[in-house]
Amino acid sequence: MELLSGGEMIARALEDEGVEYIFGYPGGAVLHIYDALFKDCKVPHILVRHEQAATHAADGYARATGKPGVVLVTSGPGATNAVTGIATAYMDSIPMVVISGQVQSHLIGEDAFQETDMVGISRPIVKHSFMVKRTEELPGTLKKAFHIAATGRPGPVVIDIPKDITRPDAKFEYSYPRQVKMRSYSPAQRGHTGQIKKAARLLLSAKRPVIYSGGGVVLGEGSEQLTRLARELNYPVTNTLMGLGGYPGTDRQFLGMLGMHGFYEANMAMHHADCILAIGARFDDRVTNTVEKFCPGAKIIHVDVDPASISKTVMADIPIVGPVDSVLNELLAQIAALREKDAALPDQDALGRWWEQIEQWRAAHGLLTGQRYAQSDLIMPQQVIQSLFRATGGDAYVTSDVGQHQMFAAQYYPFDKPRRWINSGGLGTMGFGLPAAMGVKLAFPDMEVACVTGEGSIQMNIQELSTCTQYNLPVKIINLRNNYLGMVKQWQDMQYEGRYAMSTYEDSLPDFCKLAEAYGHVGIEVHKLEDLDRVMDEVFAMKDKLVFLDVYVDPKEHVYPMHVAPNGAMKDMWLSRNERT
Amino acid sequence: MRRIISILLENEPGALSRVIGLFSQRGYNIETLNVAPTDDPTLSRLTLTTIGDDLRIEQITKQLNKLVDVVKLVDLTEGAHVERDMMLIKVRATGAARDEVKRTTDIFRGQIVDVGPNVYTIQLTGTSDKLDSFVAAMAEADILEVVRSGVAGISRGDKVLSL
Repeated sequence: MELLSGGEMIARALEDEGVEYIFGYPGGAVLHIYDALFKDCKVPHILVRHEQAATHAADGYARATGKPGVVLVTSGPGATNAVTGIATAYMDSIPMVVISGQVQSHLIGEDAFQETDMVGISRPIVKHSFMVKRTEELPGTLKKAFHIAATGRPGPVVIDIPKDITRPDAKFEYSYPRQVKMRSYSPAQRGHTGQIKKAARLLLSAKRPVIYSGGGVVLGEGSEQLTRLARELNYPVTNTLMGLGGYPGTDRQFLGMLGMHGFYEANMAMHHADCILAIGARFDDRVTNTVEKFCPGAKIIHVDVDPASISKTVMADIPIVGPVDSVLNELLAQIAALREKDAALPDQDALGRWWEQIEQWRAAHGLLTGQRYAQSDLIMPQQVIQSLFRATGGDAYVTSDVGQHQMFAAQYYPFDKPRRWINSGGLGTMGFGLPAAMGVKLAFPDMEVACVTGEGSIQMNIQELSTCTQYNLPVKIINLRNNYLGMVKQWQDMQYEGRYAMSTYEDSLPDFCKLAEAYGHVGIEVHKLEDLDRVMDEVFAMKDKLVFLDVYVDPKEHVYPMHVAPNGAMKDMWLSRNERT
Repeated sequence: MRRIISILLENEPGALSRVIGLFSQRGYNIETLNVAPTDDPTLSRLTLTTIGDDLRIEQITKQLNKLVDVVKLVDLTEGAHVERDMMLIKVRATGAARDEVKRTTDIFRGQIVDVGPNVYTIQLTGTSDKLDSFVAAMAEADILEVVRSGVAGISRGDKVLSL
């Protein structure tokens, strides 16, 4: 067996694990590791400009590929800067392995230079964490970390490594384990057959069914099975913000996103449903509105790989714990078996009436069946997304930051494929979009990657324009510029009588085009609607350039529909400034 | 409703803080907590009591089970079980109180484990209720210090919590 130092073990283990990129930033406690990477490691390292961006880039990579993103940061501030990105990944169940340096073992607890209790700080926002105490433990610990991060309900895993563990002069035998077995960790491999049978019966007896699917279908590679199930039964499908792309967004059976800024027809269908099949979704407060009023007439089937997600906020009538793909496969088989015995299932008359009702809702207020926003002299933010959709043929990877632009993108860019829509749904992290786009572009250099953002969010990680220069990452930044923190302003309009407390930048915004140019990129401004489509095409014609497209949009526009809160049900929505259900 | 949750925990650094952290992070309550190694040096046994309705307890047990360091878990209150809490209580024992304290201790089958000219230290083992009753019965006495171990518990009969 080969003798390696701790630093060399890490470099080698990342190779053996098949890691494609390391996103990181060096510093004192990880210098042994960096030296080992420099000397002999096939895995390229992407040097970001801030550790938060390393985690978001790894996160974007993970969301686009399904493989764990890998982050390497130093102790102290390196570790704490990574915390927001770890929390972002945790809330959206994204597989990630974060290696943080730690001060030397004998200094731990002495408030040494750049010491922080990373295991302690990250504890509530990781799936699991390790502090490595002996160099010999490194290969096994790394293997476990990747295994835990990627299996079951995925999530971030932190490995904190004191500097002395990686010292170059202490060499130990290295072998990377092929498999990992942990007595205390065994995620469900398949659903309970009896429960799935019950679910099949309930689904087939439904008169007003809705399939409500979330990020779990994307993460669990269940899109194909979900699509088969929905088509087989001709049942309507709605996706959560995290689930977009899990079912083809341009399909007739798709009702759009549901929830706070969900489509009217999706929220109405949910409220009036008699049977809801929830798959890989967690009845988040941004979906349910007031839980007590949530879907009063519905029986609920809830499929999730994480038992703790089931009956957490909304009680499930039929809980099924298991991976979505295998559960859906079995559900499809059970349904086929039941329909073989009784071909009349489900009740086609009832289903016909249900679709008729849904089409009425869709025709009345559907976002994509008519123009639902008022036109002004200015470009409307929705038009920018529609232009982006047109220019990219609906087939781009779209990352977003957090705010109005995120909701407009979710509403007006229907995703036909999973993993194309990359956004921070659970934590709602501004500054996510650009570094996430970098991770996606590295994973799929030949694909179009657009980051839909706003002036607030983009400035939270704008330093990454420099990283994009260094590694030649020609992502397209579409900035919906309204000179406000738009979503904050919207809430201030609706709930605080238009008192814009600290939600405007006055005249302090930079010239984003010049800024982009300063980093060696291209910056373009658009002010007029008649120029929008042409410029959008120009942006995407520049294949090898990062383009910062600064689109001046109507600052008065709000995102609608919007759930009426507090005390509203799914069906209670504002449809415009003065129209509500 | 009061529940006793007993956990086999990996005897790893940080394992205990994950359990405790989960409770504060998710707004659950710990009434008592007891943790010590078992006959297997790689495992600790942790017993905690908490209060909540069925839904809350279901969430607590599910969230605990999700922790990688939690190997196995049982809600002892779901079945017949033995539970013991141990208390050391130091009371002033002078004058008439000296006899009275001794008498009450005997009634509760406690033991005086340390005697000083002015104080008794009494050891008492039983259910939490019994210890509470003893403290109540000592109301007249001058209680100087109370230390309790927290509940430890085990299922009755053949049922075991093991690997």
